Formats: sequence, C-alpha cells, structure tokens
Amino acid sequence: MSKLKKSDVEHVAKLSKLDFTDKELEKYQSQLSSVLDFFEQLNEVDTSGVEPTAQTTGLENITRSDEIDAANILPEEDALSGTEKVHNNYFIVPRLIKNE
Amino acid sequence: MQSDLIKKEYSAVELVDSYLARIKATDEKLNAFITVTDDFAYKQAKEVERIIENEKDPLKSYPLLGVVFSAKDLYLTKGVRTTAGSKALENYVPAYSSTVIKRMEEAGAIMIGKANCDAWGHGASGENSDFGSTKNPWDLARVPGGSSSGSAVSVAAEMSLVSLGTDTGGSIRLPANFCNVVGLKPTYGVIPRYGVTAMASSLDTMGNLANTVEDSEKVFNVMRGKDNFDSTLSDKSVKFNNKKIVIGLPKEYFSDGISPEVASTIDEVKRVYKNLNYEFKEISLPTTKYSVAVYYIIMPAETSSNLARYDGVRYGSNRQNMGDEARRRIMLGSYVLSAGYYDAYYLKAARVRTKISNDFENAFKEVDLIMTPVNPDVAFKLGENTNDPLKMYLADVFTTGASLAGLPAISIPAGFSKDNLPIGFQLIAPKFSESIIFKAGQDFQNHTDTHLKSPNI
Repeated sequence: MSKLKKSDVEHVAKLSKLDFTDKELEKYQSQLSSVLDFFEQLNEVDTSGVEPTAQTTGLENITRSDEIDAANILPEEDALSGTEKVHNNYFIVPRLIKNE
Repeated sequence: MQSDLIKKEYSAVELVDSYLARIKATDEKLNAFITVTDDFAYKQAKEVERIIENEKDPLKSYPLLGVVFSAKDLYLTKGVRTTAGSKALENYVPAYSSTVIKRMEEAGAIMIGKANCDAWGHGASGENSDFGSTKNPWDLARVPGGSSSGSAVSVAAEMSLVSLGTDTGGSIRLPANFCNVVGLKPTYGVIPRYGVTAMASSLDTMGNLANTVEDSEKVFNVMRGKDNFDSTLSDKSVKFNNKKIVIGLPKEYFSDGISPEVASTIDEVKRVYKNLNYEFKEISLPTTKYSVAVYYIIMPAETSSNLARYDGVRYGSNRQNMGDEARRRIMLGSYVLSAGYYDAYYLKAARVRTKISNDFENAFKEVDLIMTPVNPDVAFKLGENTNDPLKMYLADVFTTGASLAGLPAISIPAGFSKDNLPIGFQLIAPKFSESIIFKAGQDFQNHTDTHLKSPNI
C-alpha cells in the first residue's frame, strides 16, 4: 500500500462530492496518510479462511407483508416540508444533464 | 420522584420549571444543549398531570412518567429542530420522530432539550460539534468525552434525569466515564435505529445515560423491542439465572499504557466484587489490539455511504457546510471502498472483525462478563488532541471491541483521580445478556457511593 499522492486525494474528493482548497487538500493528504500507515498493522493478522463480517445479527431476509399500514406512511406534505425548493409536489433539483 | 409526583408533592410543571431554571443557571458554562425545548416540555408536563389526575395506577401504563430527559441531537424529533451537531442541518425540522423518542413520550417521559454532540457522532471529545464544545462539569478546562457529550453532561450536571445517546464505537461509554454517570450501550439489534441520524449502520446502537444502573435499566426496557421500521431487530433476551458470576479480565486491556490511578481504581472495583462473592479469571482477547484500526476502516466506509444522502436537495443546506472531521471520515471511507483498495482495506478489516467477534465468543465460554477500563486515563484537556486525528481515534481503544462484536456494554462510575476527575469501569456481556450487566451493576452500586457524587457547578 503506497503513500497517498495528491492526485489520490483529489480523486477521493471527487468520489465524495466534497470541495477542497489546495491548502485543505495538502492537510488531508498528510492526515489521511498517517491514518493509512496506522492500518498497516492489519497485515500482521492471518485472515486466511476467515469470512468477513458485514453485520452481527445473524438475521437474513426480514420481510413484511405487502400491505399498507397507516402508521408507516409519511404524508406527502410532511415529506416535502424540509425545503422551499418544491414545485407541484416535486423537489426541484440541480440540473444534472446538460444540453450540448 | 415519581411517587412524589403522584402524591402531588409537586406538579410536573413545577418539575419542568426547576430543570429549566437549572439549565438557565448552568448551561452557559457547559454548552450541553443545542436546543432547549421549553414549550414542548410544558406541553408534555401538562399531559403528565392529566394522567396523574385520571389514572388509578399511572406507573403501570406510563413507566417513565415525569422522567425529564435530554436527547442527543441525532435523534429526530418531529417539529423540533434536529441538527446532528452540524451546520449542514442547522435549521432542519424533521417531519417524523424516531421510534425511541415516540416510546419515551408514550411512557410519560418529558423531553427538556436536544443535547450537544460531535457533528454526526464523529468524535470522542465533544470538540467536533459545529455549535461549540461541551465542557466537563468536573473541570471546565477538560473535555466531557464524546460523541454523546451533551447527554453525559446534562445528566452529570442535573439538567436532566436521564439522556438518550448513541454508541457506535464508544460514544456513550466514553463520555459517561469522563463525567461520572452510567452509560449503556445495548446489544446491536435490540433498540430500534429508525429515525436516528445514521453513522455506521452495522455498528450504531441507541442507548442511554443515567445516574444509576437502576434508572438505566428502566429506560432500556422502554426503548427496546421490534418496531415496524428497523429490520435488524430481535426481541431475544437472555434472563440472568442467579448463578455465581465469573468476570473475565482480558490481559490485553491491562497493559502498561493505563494510568496508575485508573489501574488502582479498577483494583478497588475488583475488591468490591470479590466481597460480593464474584469470581475473577484472567482471559485473553488476542485480536483486540487491532480493534481501533478495524473500526476506523469499517466505520468511515459505512459513514461515507450514509452521509451521501446529505446533498442539500430534500432538506439541509449545502454539503460543503460539513465540518473537518466529517469530511475526513467521508474521505477515508470513500478511499477504503474505492476500486483497487477495497480488498486491501475494507475486506481485510471485515475479516479481522470476525476474529475479534470470535475472541469474545470464546471468552464467554469461560466467563459471564468481561471487565475492562473504559479509557487508559482521565478526561483530557480541551484542545489537547484536536491537531492529531489519529491520537483522538486512539481514545476508543477499549470500547471499539464490543462495538465490532455487537455486544452489550456499560460504563459505571468507580472513583476519582487525585484531581477529582471521574474514573469508571466497563462491563461487557454476551449478546442479549443485558440482564447480567444490570445485575452486576446494581450489586456494585448497592455497595458503593461514587455514582451519588455530583460536580460542584
């Protein structure tokens, strides 16, 4: 696992949809590098034949019947209440697809 | 308190008056609250008075009647601002309440305010709140611990009787330990996570902080159980069978890194238990030393996914309003999950997590409970670790193991350092065995008085 390059940090910032100034990128590069170095110790652990743990409940495929339960409904008006950018009961979102 | 209310020694409204007066007199120094919910509390107090007037046996249907509580600001409360400690949700008013909040209300409890916390639950000190750090009431120059910082302080400084917190890697147990209160983290899958701002979904637990183990148990019983929303829940509960309890002491948790005062306090705890006919056994949890590394891979990975929803479109403000630590963890998480690195980091950590769980499972074949310190030292000074994220992460060294394995654990006040700073101890139990924790905790508190001490504030 090689040391973190500035381009790595820029790539991860893009994946995370976070904006950084150049100075911030440098700071994060250094801090994240130390943390990644800290992770090297896990190479000491023999995990051959060990299954990964995704969750600790042991439960699988919990379902419920496909019936409307009034207690489980969030009314449309409540769902839209978090923002003023609404139109005809739709959320207004930033444009994603640009016309050429 | 409840019998006083029922006998009408004072009214629920007067009770709320006294807590609000306490908050007014004290919170400016402590900053434990982001939002104080006066109107809401009075409304609930009037309802409590109505119940007392009309019900013959009110405590039967309303077991938490009149219990004044604060809720960590990660808990969604319908109609009441919920910020998660972050500027990105500074003006967010939820359209629904979390299951746990609804259950507290239905049990007759009164919410007095939303407690300050590290933003999004990210922190071990309380210093990562976008609303200013909460201070430790035992020493205002020190941290209260985090991320349930405001929760621990509201109970310790008597601004609420109990508090709702969350514990993902130690966020209830650590502040409880630094503030001299009881902090309970339940088994993963017992208390519903619905309606609580998600941090790491395979690790998040909802829990409580209280002055006594007895109060903690009462609140736990109201919080627990399946709901219609969280599909990771089980109603399973292992009853304590009155046998002689054997407590394991994992040698890896008692190394040279612990301060002499913490070590001697734990020795004193052992003495108390030995006098109560508890047995001790040395055990080993060999993979434990890797808990922090495993946790700081898995938790940021899951957090980066959970925080992706904060795009400022349906609620909240621009994503760029997130603070430093949130952005650090999102970056870390995205990195360890990204193509080319997923196997080396995330998958490796998930396999080591299995080994950590297995260590605990093997240990519980020989012992009923495991005892450890909660932290190697007492509360550190404000600003001491803020320039070194990695050093801050190491505060979780004794708490992350139980989190990764999904086990219940509790922090209980044990003693004080010579500077009058609290030192607690941790008990960890097998899954669904909170009953053993409550039994051992109650026994300890029946024979000691550390938990009865209050800070001079």
